[in-house]
Amino acid sequence: MSTSKWTADFLSRLGTEITVAQIDVPSITLWQIESHAWQRFAELAVQQNLRWAAGWAEQVQSLFLINACFEKQGEYVLLRTLLDDSNPELPSQATVYPAANRSERHTQDMFGIKFIGHPDNRRWTRHQAWTENSYPLRKDFPVKGTPVGITAPDIHYPFIKSHGAGTYEIPVGPVHAGIIEPGHFRFQAVGELILNLEERLGYVHKGIEKIAEGRTPESLARLAGRVSGDTTVGHCWAACMAMEQAAGVEIPPRAALIRGILAERERVANHMGDIGAICNDVAFVFAQMQFTRLRELWLRTNATVFGHRLLMDQIVPGGVVCDLSDASCSLIKKEIAELRTELAEVILALDLNTSLEDRLYTAGFLSEQTAAAFGTLGYVGRASGQDFDVRRDAPYAPYDRVMVKVALENQGDIASRVWVRYKEIRTALRLIGEFIDRLVDGDIRTEWQMPAAGSEGLGIVEGWRGEIISHIRFDADNKIARFYPRDPSQLNWAALEKLVLNNIVPDFPVCNKSLNGSYSGNDL
Amino acid sequence: MLRIFKKILTTGVVTERFSMRSHAERGNEDELEQLGIQIKRHIDKQFSGSIAIRQVDAGSCNGCELEIHALNNPFYDIERFGVHFVASPRHADVLLVTGPVSRHMQTALLRTYEATPNPKWVVAAGDCAACGGEFGVSYASCGAVSNVIPVDAVIPGCPPTPLALMKGLLGLMGVKK
Repeated sequence: MSTSKWTADFLSRLGTEITVAQIDVPSITLWQIESHAWQRFAELAVQQNLRWAAGWAEQVQSLFLINACFEKQGEYVLLRTLLDDSNPELPSQATVYPAANRSERHTQDMFGIKFIGHPDNRRWTRHQAWTENSYPLRKDFPVKGTPVGITAPDIHYPFIKSHGAGTYEIPVGPVHAGIIEPGHFRFQAVGELILNLEERLGYVHKGIEKIAEGRTPESLARLAGRVSGDTTVGHCWAACMAMEQAAGVEIPPRAALIRGILAERERVANHMGDIGAICNDVAFVFAQMQFTRLRELWLRTNATVFGHRLLMDQIVPGGVVCDLSDASCSLIKKEIAELRTELAEVILALDLNTSLEDRLYTAGFLSEQTAAAFGTLGYVGRASGQDFDVRRDAPYAPYDRVMVKVALENQGDIASRVWVRYKEIRTALRLIGEFIDRLVDGDIRTEWQMPAAGSEGLGIVEGWRGEIISHIRFDADNKIARFYPRDPSQLNWAALEKLVLNNIVPDFPVCNKSLNGSYSGNDL
Repeated sequence: MLRIFKKILTTGVVTERFSMRSHAERGNEDELEQLGIQIKRHIDKQFSGSIAIRQVDAGSCNGCELEIHALNNPFYDIERFGVHFVASPRHADVLLVTGPVSRHMQTALLRTYEATPNPKWVVAAGDCAACGGEFGVSYASCGAVSNVIPVDAVIPGCPPTPLALMKGLLGLMGVKK
């Protein structure tokens, strides 16, 4: 896919309008522009079908570095501008890219950077744990903050209102009815029909970016593994990849293969859990019982082989901690063969079930245009025609040596998302087998080398929810200066507000589950 | 429909009991069953046969939630011991709280606690809930659950396994006479 380099062509199109300084950073294509051209660049980028992938800021001495990451045909470009800290403001890219909306609001809350012309500059991550004019990610903000005894609820948040005969509101959360993370949903409805949904997240904001500062690489990897517990492998891998880039550390081939096995095992476990849960949300308990059973067996193998059911802390800077014995490899292969047989039986029963057909087809529709505008990732994007997968389009070891077949659907409904996940399970099972076959003897961990102060890295991997982008900058003495993880949920959550429209309120849980955003990965 | 029945029949009962051998965590079958019997005995005595748990995520990374979910899978099937999860704190005997308590969730947790009728017990599940874990106390996090509401039992682990969760619940029953 990534044979054609669009970057040269794009630069020539910019002409004299925007001056791009190409900064030499290992492993990153870094373009630096003047801050006043920030929005103009986005306008030109969207014309050329660049995908807006991530945005974040950093403070380095008296400067703010504003970053936005773009992707096209598997080629990533990191766009950067520098702002003086006396009056940090720049034109918004959210006017061009809806995907950038919440990210800019996060940067506004955390750094006090003003995005001029932003279509919705209400607070996002900030509730009432810190005041309006203080900014936690500025270097002069103490990590302890200045908390009061009991943090007040954010009751004055200006939600969108609806008026008119027969319209009413349903506030849901933050504490939900199930065993699930907290967040608030505000519905406007007429009868059972959803007219509008507004999400209010940020409840599980626990200062991950701030408490990352000053950590050692090992400690940062542990933290990254807890950005979102269900994606512990994905986030840990992305963060370690970024740190390894910064330090110029190359991991051994065996470690890369084991990382691949871990990531695919995580994908399978989550997809199985979610397919079951989606069916459970439309009262088809048979599938829930079968899939939770298969998931439990899978997690037990994780515990036997890797020593942890969810595979936490297996990936470390420089490699992995857990080697695979021959016995473990054959255990995994045997399990995969059994799982294939079982899945074939269960999926056939699902496919032929008319009540599932009635509830899952056409429900929770997300159009290709909306999915593209919000930069929707992973199975949500791929069920709405977004043909992108980091493993295929910007492959990293060990995916650079195997064929990754990307599942794609274009109906954009809940059923499509289920089918994409099922196909992804099958691909993952094949990949695990291939990785095992390719295992060569050798080290599983390279010795760490202290990175130079100021060095940075950008780790990009395909987690089970989709593309994860992790940016890391080192300080002196092997200490982390900045860590920003972009979970796919940060983009996918916005798509939920759109895909529930014109569905009935009782279908919200299944719509939500079909997307399954991480609250923790979003709130940080 | 026949396919569903066939699959159900061929799967059989996987719920773990004393004689159960296949698929089981090594050596755990016996333990799980014994644990369950003890829990059931306590619940019968103190809670008239049934205990209602309201799970509250006060800021976790969602790892603990995954393992709490697993308690309801057919292997553990915790409901057979009279333990069930309810949708409202007003229906609950026990609050099972995970995560460091984020400051943004502090009031919500306090209100959930107030909404739970007496007598009530609070179990802090997972390292974060127990001691703040990887996140500790910061501008955004109150740390351990006990910094916000009284805690009766703690279940460590990152995340605690389903078996550890069951043991922890038993510990709670043991405390309350």
